[in-house]
Amino acid sequence: MSQPYRLDTGGRINRAKPLRFWYDNQGYDGFEGDTLASALLANGVFLVGRSFKYHRPRGVYSAGAEEPNALVQLETGAATEPNRRATEVELYGELNAASQNCWPSVKYDLGVVNSWFSRLLPAGFYYKTFMWPASLWTTYEKFIRRAAGLGRSPMEPDPDHYDKTHAHCDVLVVGGGPAGLQAALSAGRTGARVILADDKPEFGGALLSGRDVIGDAPATEWVEATVAELQGMREVTLLPRTTVTGYYDYNFLVANERVSEHLGPRGRGEAPKERLWKIRAKQVVLATGAIERPLVFADNDRPGIMLAGALRSYVNRYAVLPGRRIVVLTNNDSAYLAALDAKDAGAAVEIVDTRTAPAGELVDRARSAGIPVHENSAITGVNYRGGRVRGVEVMQLDSDGRGVRGVGDKLNCDLVAVSGGWTPTVHLFSQAKGKLRYLDDEHCFVPGERAINNRGFEVGACRASWSLETCLREGAEAGAAAALVTGFDRAEPAPSPAAPEPAQGPLRPLWILPTVHPVGRGPRKHFHELHNDSTVGDIELAAREGFVSVEHLKRYTTTGMGTDQGKTSNINALSVMADLQGAAIPAVGTTTFRPPYTPLTFGSIVGHDRRELFLQKRKTAMHPWHEKHGAVFEDVGDWKRPYYFPRAGETMHDAVQRECLAARTGVGMIDASTLGKIDIRGRDALKLLNMVYTNAWDSLKPGRCRYGLMLNEHGMVFDDGVTTCLGENHYHMTTTTGGAARVMNWLEEWLQTEWPHWEVYCTSVTEQWAVTTITGPRARDLLASLADQPLDDDAFPFMSMQEFPVAGIPARVFRISFTGDTAFEINVKARYGLALWEALAEAGKAFDLCPYGTETMHVLRAEKGFIIAGQDTDGTVTPMDLGMDWIVSKKKGDFIGRRSFARTDTAREGRKQLVGLLTEDPAFVLPEGSHVVEPLREKPPMNMLGHVTSSYLSPNAGRSIAMALIRDGFKRKGQTLDVSLMDGSSQRVTVTDPVFLRGEK
Amino acid sequence: MLLIECPWCGQRDQTEFHPHGEAHIARPEDPDALDEAAWGDYVFFRKNPKGLHYERWVHSHGCRRWFNVMRDTVTDHIHASYKPGDPKPELPITADGGDTTGTPKT
Repeated sequence: MSQPYRLDTGGRINRAKPLRFWYDNQGYDGFEGDTLASALLANGVFLVGRSFKYHRPRGVYSAGAEEPNALVQLETGAATEPNRRATEVELYGELNAASQNCWPSVKYDLGVVNSWFSRLLPAGFYYKTFMWPASLWTTYEKFIRRAAGLGRSPMEPDPDHYDKTHAHCDVLVVGGGPAGLQAALSAGRTGARVILADDKPEFGGALLSGRDVIGDAPATEWVEATVAELQGMREVTLLPRTTVTGYYDYNFLVANERVSEHLGPRGRGEAPKERLWKIRAKQVVLATGAIERPLVFADNDRPGIMLAGALRSYVNRYAVLPGRRIVVLTNNDSAYLAALDAKDAGAAVEIVDTRTAPAGELVDRARSAGIPVHENSAITGVNYRGGRVRGVEVMQLDSDGRGVRGVGDKLNCDLVAVSGGWTPTVHLFSQAKGKLRYLDDEHCFVPGERAINNRGFEVGACRASWSLETCLREGAEAGAAAALVTGFDRAEPAPSPAAPEPAQGPLRPLWILPTVHPVGRGPRKHFHELHNDSTVGDIELAAREGFVSVEHLKRYTTTGMGTDQGKTSNINALSVMADLQGAAIPAVGTTTFRPPYTPLTFGSIVGHDRRELFLQKRKTAMHPWHEKHGAVFEDVGDWKRPYYFPRAGETMHDAVQRECLAARTGVGMIDASTLGKIDIRGRDALKLLNMVYTNAWDSLKPGRCRYGLMLNEHGMVFDDGVTTCLGENHYHMTTTTGGAARVMNWLEEWLQTEWPHWEVYCTSVTEQWAVTTITGPRARDLLASLADQPLDDDAFPFMSMQEFPVAGIPARVFRISFTGDTAFEINVKARYGLALWEALAEAGKAFDLCPYGTETMHVLRAEKGFIIAGQDTDGTVTPMDLGMDWIVSKKKGDFIGRRSFARTDTAREGRKQLVGLLTEDPAFVLPEGSHVVEPLREKPPMNMLGHVTSSYLSPNAGRSIAMALIRDGFKRKGQTLDVSLMDGSSQRVTVTDPVFLRGEK
Repeated sequence: MLLIECPWCGQRDQTEFHPHGEAHIARPEDPDALDEAAWGDYVFFRKNPKGLHYERWVHSHGCRRWFNVMRDTVTDHIHASYKPGDPKPELPITADGGDTTGTPKT
């Protein structure tokens, strides 16, 4: 076994299951139960990455989600994932990871030149340096992105799939340590629906990393028994490997479950890689624990320096002793536990304690175990060589802790374990708008008042309850109380077992350790933030430059802005600021905690909501025919509509010109099924039409159709369509394709909120009817060949509807027209849509029938000057601006938008009005959106009169045609103006009526 | 993510709803009787209070009914949901089981 730092016994690893893995193309061995970090340490790999800015060598610093250094590129190719924390990646067979942000290799990284010029890379460096000249930014950016970087994004589609699920529960417990387990147990025993989530693969939290005793047995036995009981409860869901990343209003929480990542890309089969849980809980118990706070000393970032709690975790949980000679640097008692466990595992250990006279049970135990304790001392320098720490320099502290004195004592070591006390993990509480309060005695923020809608409890270390017995008791009480509030009145706390442990004394509130140089001035750096290479000197510089607010400081120094979100650094940054300002930490305040707690993959956020499952394609009944006949499709709303039907060798231009001519000279056919259709019934249906349309509807007889414009209360056009009277108090309304849902909502809104006493029922029937429109001089003949029905103008006049079979299919046939030619819109039940279309196509062969698409439809309507609401209007256009005064009733009384016609702005001169434009060059088609200007100048700015709304080449008019909204357009008819084009050229145009073809209908 | 009580369907996730701005703005009976400023006020101007707000929501992915909500824009606490036409509730709310401190119903 070539794992030189692996202990022979102990740990929660499965020694029966060795695993081969690869790191930077070198093979290593580890065990099931390892993380990538523990396996690397077992193999003596201490140098795992390069820092963000200075490219300084870095090693594993923690054993959990707070890891600032050990970010790796996991796997290769399509499955690769950047910036994964090695402390969270579970080891699996053939795992392949690589170090990041270094070239050519992590050991010999050329980017380290950045650190030689570190005086030139101060806080705010990017803001200060690359501001000028702006044109060179693109050059700088490439360099900066490469030099200051993290991992690489995958370039291929993700081969994995991701799941998403919703859950509701009475009590959600976040964190499966002793407090969380007790809470889940107490709540679960009442029968309440409980979800317990923990980010680690095993429940137990800190108990798995320590040597605690619960009752008379190792705490891990209590964990096993508790988990077993929870597993037996029907209403309890246990979610290991699940990080609760966001806590939102009304107890809505988002959690990410790593379902099969630990099996590796080759081992997960059909299982989703991750699953996103959206959980709505009645009560939330936060048992999120605490994160150890570092001490900041000179060169505190060297590989071989890690948190004391992490050392303890590696020794006890992973059976890795990552050093032979260990120096423990602390300002509190908790690190003594790490020292004792490391000593017991076989390391030579010394303790450097900043406190003047450490005392108490743990200190006594350390001394009697033969561990030297250097009191009132600090590490003032680190001897770093060959990829890891070789020793430290220790000096005596001044009484105020701001200076050192005496001669440096050199201690040989290969590992430094650091503890500055513990910071409660309040991220979720704070995300949920809970207020934090500062505990002066404990020197940390803890949850204060909860936000009104986010009900629940906080238990254990996340509220600075440090003793195991307290954690167990608080968890039990909160679990029972939460169940009680949600209606489980048998709730009572699970019995709290005894958990004897040595008492711990107070810490020394000193986190920034001095050297002989003032902090931030000497040759060595004090990193308060490892992830982003931010130093105490940077904070001082920021303060000197006037960045006082904590939010400004954060952005200027990038403190807490990395992928670790400053989990280990934030409080130390605050204490430096507080010190500089002579204020207390609570006066400085904290930055805002925002979700996610740890980064989420895009895969997890998206889940299955991609491609067709994200945005459905709506298809008409005739879609298969369109596909078979080579239609090119256009997206209209969510619909797929035929754009044009190219024949072999035809371009879009060719096809559209051919379709336009055919539809005007013979007969054309278009699928109009997507038009919005609303069935309106009820005693007050007519009243509704009179209110939502500008014209009068009283005289409309059954079987007759009428066109209408719909306005909002501003008086502006927002939709149009033809409505037909089907019978007494029964109407069939059509809308634009894109406006169907909007119009339906508009009618419902007025009916429900303003006229609830009216009796009107609106039903969307868009999808119930398939519509085939035939148009052109031979349309009547084609229809006659399939319908035994008189179709002349007298028997079936324009703007009317008749019901009769077409090709044997019951149909509603509307004689209305969007082309200006004789046209029939044949509505059949959707299931007959394809049959009707095919029958028409077959019968149409004798008439040279031409199927056409939306582009031809647009040209044909523009030839006649018919508007498209939303293209020729934009929410600022009245019916009068469109020249459609004829459709505005002066007599019928009130309707929506009418009063606004009299507003000063609506009635004023100089409004933009819809006109036609004819280009000087009849072959030139103006780009839609082009500006009409007066006068034309060499280059902008120019006085803009308006813009082109529609523009096509019309084969029937034999030239290009355009519509435009221009200022005082009606008065300008006959005038010559200029259209300024994007390429700097221009086109002369004559203002005309927007009707380019006359006759027929 | 709000949890909104639809007066017809009960408590549902915010994603099922759409907000529609300030509530209790009746369309004037006789628009012509309003001068320019008064009509402009009706068409364009809406309250944007810090604190208690009466607003319209529609259960667009549910029963498609409009209703009114009394919400605190600072805490996002919803004090009451009620049908169109129902009178404006006032604080404290006690009728529907919520209490005067704004504790939501469970």
